[in-house]
Amino acid sequence: MMQTLRYVVFRDLLLAMRRRADVATTLFFFVIVASLFPLGVGPDPKLLRVMAPGILWVGALLASMLSLGRLFAEDYADGSLEQLVLAPEPLALVVIGKVVAHWLVSGLPLVLISPVIALQFDLPREAIVTLLLALLLGTPLLSLIGAIGAALTVGVRGGGVLISLLVLPLYVPVLIFGAGAVDASAMGMDASGHLSILGALLLLGMVLAPWATAAALRISLE
Amino acid sequence: MLEVTGLGCLRGERRLFGGVSFKLAPGGLIWIQGGNGSGKTTLLRTLCGLAQAMAGKVHWRGEPIQMLGEDYRRELTYIGHANGLKEDFSALENLRIAAQLAGQSISREAGVEALLGSGLAGREHLPVKFLSQGQRRRVALARLRLAHPRTLWLLDEPFNALDTRAVADMQHIMENHLARGGMIALTTHQDVDIQAADTQTLRLDA
Repeated sequence: MMQTLRYVVFRDLLLAMRRRADVATTLFFFVIVASLFPLGVGPDPKLLRVMAPGILWVGALLASMLSLGRLFAEDYADGSLEQLVLAPEPLALVVIGKVVAHWLVSGLPLVLISPVIALQFDLPREAIVTLLLALLLGTPLLSLIGAIGAALTVGVRGGGVLISLLVLPLYVPVLIFGAGAVDASAMGMDASGHLSILGALLLLGMVLAPWATAAALRISLE
Repeated sequence: MLEVTGLGCLRGERRLFGGVSFKLAPGGLIWIQGGNGSGKTTLLRTLCGLAQAMAGKVHWRGEPIQMLGEDYRRELTYIGHANGLKEDFSALENLRIAAQLAGQSISREAGVEALLGSGLAGREHLPVKFLSQGQRRRVALARLRLAHPRTLWLLDEPFNALDTRAVADMQHIMENHLARGGMIALTTHQDVDIQAADTQTLRLDA
């Protein structure tokens, strides 16, 4: 079982390696969106500090959305999704493998680069640490929730727009508690409450999202 | 043993086929024939559990395939219309990854050997996007050449885009599989003569 999980992760990471441009697109999108705001609203440090948590989180949300289209659509088009569904293992396991690979490719780089971006907004050090933690808990959740939307829109024409309509509302709790944590910490308050809720949401997502995605894939493939 | 009783499928509002019944015993081969759009692919997809039947049942060794789930999938190989190959992977990578995911992990050497047997010598390490349609089909079909093949083969137009030599090769492999007690259900428009202990023909548009 674990072996299949490993094979799926390995396969998707190898695919990502072959198309580094796709990976870079997500990361640069995040960097550019986050960098446009200081240019647009002017260099007032007080204003930037207030806006930073929201901007960084919305940027992460949109960047994660950007790469969702690739999660199942290509496998569907070339027929390998059928083979994945027919693998002699629970489909939810295959889904977990794909989500893990998606997060490693599109979520983890955002987490790692976020402290550098946060410097642009003059966030205090404690807030940057909180941002890092919040993104570490939140971005896997974005991949998990996004997978459900990606599975539902597999094979649908114009699925890219539909995916955002389906998934963005579900991202709202992640945005609220993620940005809330950074906000609290920037104002010198304790952010552990927000982080705990993010962690709880992540656990809930890890348990439920793979099953929901598997069911959605089965329906889409019919 | 694969047992199909009263299978029927809808496509949208239209009834594709209905009342399809047959039994496939070890060494048995069934040709599924019919014009374009008669539901051959849908039937094969229903047989492997990808599509749901509107009516009827599919039993494998006496149990409904929905109940068996992974145990049934562990015994079948489905090669669909699409080859299921990744353009950015080489032929060898495609074959090995497909085999691993199907629970048939193979060594590098075994993979190379299967590709050589498929007439892909010298192209094992070429990304699949540089291969012709026929060569891609050969890569997909190379899975059938692996040691310890699955019992039940469901093949959707396996001979599509293959040249006459490759067709003869495939024919030979299928005959070997049947002689070992394997089972094959396939659709094709080509006239290929495969020797089997028990050959049936199913016409869908009749």
